[in-house]
Amino acid sequence: MTLAIDVRGLNKHFGDKHVVQDLSLQVKQGEIFGFLGPNGSGKTTSIRMLCGLLTPDSGAGQCLGYDVIRETAAIKRHVGYMTQRFSLWEDLTIRENLDFIARMYGMKNRKQAVNAVLVKLGLDERRNQLAGALSGGWKQRLALAACMMHEPQLLLLDEPTAGVDPKARREFWDEIHQLAAQGISVLVSTHYMDEAERCHKLAYIARGKLLITGSAEEVIASQRLTAWEVSGAELQGLAEQLRHLPAVEQVTAFGSRLHVIGGDAALLEAALEPFRQLPGYQWQKIEAGLEDVFISLMERQNDQQEVV
Amino acid sequence: MNPAASLARLWGIALKELVQLSRDRLTFGMIVGIPIMQLLLFGFAINSDPKHLPTAIQVQDNSVFTRTFIRSLENTGYFQIVQQVSSEAQANQLLAEGEVQFVVNIPPDFSRQLVRGERPIILLEADATDPAATSNALASLLTVGQSVLNRDLTGSLAKLRPSDAPFEVRVHRRYNAEGITQYNIVPGLMGVILTMTMVLMTGLAMTRERERGTFENLLATPAKPLEVMAGKIVPYIMIGLVQMTLILLAARFIFAVPFQGSLLLLYAVSLLFIAANLSLGMTFSTIARNQLQAMQMTFFFFLPSILLSGFMFPFRGMPGWAQVIGNGLPLTHFLRLVRGILLKGNDLVEIWPHVWPIMLFMTVIVALGAKFYKRTLD
Repeated sequence: MTLAIDVRGLNKHFGDKHVVQDLSLQVKQGEIFGFLGPNGSGKTTSIRMLCGLLTPDSGAGQCLGYDVIRETAAIKRHVGYMTQRFSLWEDLTIRENLDFIARMYGMKNRKQAVNAVLVKLGLDERRNQLAGALSGGWKQRLALAACMMHEPQLLLLDEPTAGVDPKARREFWDEIHQLAAQGISVLVSTHYMDEAERCHKLAYIARGKLLITGSAEEVIASQRLTAWEVSGAELQGLAEQLRHLPAVEQVTAFGSRLHVIGGDAALLEAALEPFRQLPGYQWQKIEAGLEDVFISLMERQNDQQEVV
Repeated sequence: MNPAASLARLWGIALKELVQLSRDRLTFGMIVGIPIMQLLLFGFAINSDPKHLPTAIQVQDNSVFTRTFIRSLENTGYFQIVQQVSSEAQANQLLAEGEVQFVVNIPPDFSRQLVRGERPIILLEADATDPAATSNALASLLTVGQSVLNRDLTGSLAKLRPSDAPFEVRVHRRYNAEGITQYNIVPGLMGVILTMTMVLMTGLAMTRERERGTFENLLATPAKPLEVMAGKIVPYIMIGLVQMTLILLAARFIFAVPFQGSLLLLYAVSLLFIAANLSLGMTFSTIARNQLQAMQMTFFFFLPSILLSGFMFPFRGMPGWAQVIGNGLPLTHFLRLVRGILLKGNDLVEIWPHVWPIMLFMTVIVALGAKFYKRTLD
């Protein structure tokens, strides 16, 4: 199996801030790799280092077989990078934007390529509309089309679906899966758990450190969280009491249900025992979800940081 | 509506505005810097009555009368004799290069004719490209002619002291015989307009990309920084040439400004001037974080350019320190180039002293820009 991304020990500082610490990452060809982590954890910086926009302070590795430090020009030609913020020109029309990008990549059959993309996107009729006039979902499709035009083998997508409605998000992910099936590798950062679950593999980064990698199931299993669901009336007071228990890590309200999460199954069960005797509540053991795992990871990281 | 609550909200907005203002250091600097700059420039640098104008003399008759005349010229405060010339050609050269403002020519038989009561003529040639710079000096000549020789005309010569001056000072206004202000202003305007638009437009062009986030997209493509820079500059060079052509057409056909020199040479030096301004705009854009800052920087540069370059006020009227600053500005030299080529018909040799300073300015600015550009990438 060839690796699309294979980097080891990447570091990046901005001033005295250590933004990315010893990042090692392997992404296989045709794999959809989800990049998760809280805001400001170093996701964007990592992606920018992978596509040659930033030079790592130290570390080494390859992207599509090109050296991430010395061969950034070649990487730029073969990688498609979609920025977090819509970064095409809002005062150019859809066609002009695509045409400009095609020129930047020195594409040969520029006109045909642009027309093909326009038809494929269903934007052919609106080709002369300004890109700034598009809705969020269309902007995102246009941006994806623009970074796909030069037929990259690796896509780096930085929070591509922020602010996009659920239907457009689902269509977007269908397309990502189609591309992956064609052998294109995708590294995508996201805050949405449903999107994380659609990735082949996940990595969780916090404060510049990669904390965990693996498939969604592996990530969940690795944290060994125990979860209980309780339903009934008057949950607010119950939630307050549960939060004070040392064995309870998270209490989250979902409509008329609460999820109670703990790291130690036996301790949690013992701590919950008195509450399970209370009348009017139904208790049930459930599987912890990806979101529970990430929140747990985030909070443990916070605790560690405070101890340090 | 509760007036107290409304007042509290008003205060809240005012506070927020002040906090935001204090975060924007450049705007804060403008609030303090612009008044100080204007006070200094208008208060100390600008003088619409320039004195001690450099004057060359060609004396072909050395006598007590001519010495008295020259001394009294200097005593007006307007003329400062800087050089003696021995030929007409040398005098012309000095005027053409702008080395002197005036050349006084005292003819060979001045004294003899004076004594005979033949009212000899002293020729005063003035570089009249800027009428404002010479008008007061020329006006002062009238009184000189009236009274200067009264002390020397004694004894039998006393009869020569009539109400009329015993000699005539004939003023020859070179390059702009009728003293038409437009001849000076219109070519100068070309430099002013180019400075304003070239610096501002390139300054905005780069910061706009950064402000809107499109710069990242540009950098993610295989386009190299140099290609981006050059590609951004080319359209503005064309715009600059179009602007220049428009002003030249207006100068020729609306204001009837004489075109003495080579148009080709004019376009060549203009291209250099445009390039210098564009590189300054580019350098501003590498420092400015947003379009507003780029605009403020342009204004900070534009103000001294327009005031200290000799566009609005005579360059020679300014004190030494202001002239030093003025000489560092490309507009100062460009004004002399345009006026020199259009009005005086200067050739490349004559204008060279004003070409290299623009080149030097550009080299320094480009070096600075390159230094800052690297920083913004990583």
